[in-house]
Amino acid sequence: MADKRTYEVIFIVDPEADDAEVMKLSEAVQKIITDQGGSITKIDMWGRRQLAYEINHKREGSYVLLEVEGSGAEIAELERRMRVNDRVLRYMTIRVDEDRRRAQKFKDKRARKAAKRPLTGKAKEAAAAAEAEAAE
Amino acid sequence: MSTNYEDRDRDSSFGFEREYDRAGGMGGRGGRRMQRRKICRFCIEKVDLIDFKDVRLLQSYVPERGKILPRRISGMCASHQRLLAAAIKRARNIALLPYAAD
Repeated sequence: MADKRTYEVIFIVDPEADDAEVMKLSEAVQKIITDQGGSITKIDMWGRRQLAYEINHKREGSYVLLEVEGSGAEIAELERRMRVNDRVLRYMTIRVDEDRRRAQKFKDKRARKAAKRPLTGKAKEAAAAAEAEAAE
Repeated sequence: MSTNYEDRDRDSSFGFEREYDRAGGMGGRGGRRMQRRKICRFCIEKVDLIDFKDVRLLQSYVPERGKILPRRISGMCASHQRLLAAAIKRARNIALLPYAAD
């Protein structure tokens, strides 16, 4: 797979783990990714947060969000590791590059349309005046 | 990111909650059933991407019970409703939103 993909990885760490442990865990995660040839573009610690429902009889957890760029192999390895780590209550990986590209496409389309729209009223006069000025 | 989103829940869904009741309770003929034509908020704001991390936004589309607000109530367009539903489901998976609230 030659193309680069962008993923968002979010995981919840056991609330009993203190900040240092969460830090250590996220560093371990970063190491896994870089070892597999991926790169981390963003890391965001949300800190402790109430869960919307109980997971493993826990009502809160520490959220960590990563943005990863790579081929997909590092995600497979990372998920495997997180599955066996019982400090990680839950994890989720989402591929975001496609959605972002799609959003960008819509945005570009809108911009093109706006540029093509015939000018009306005051804007038209202003454009004509500018043209006349340029001709002089 | 602030953590007391329990309070926000009530507030943000309140506007829709009222609309919900009105539409549901209107059984008979006549009345003020057809209100104004509802328009998609996301289309006006030109939103192309709905992020599952934006809990505050998503919360305004899940009433107290935890269900996804239907399109007939919110007046959303189909494409944005799909994006929104996907975002809500992702948020549920990672315990940002409840699957069902008692």
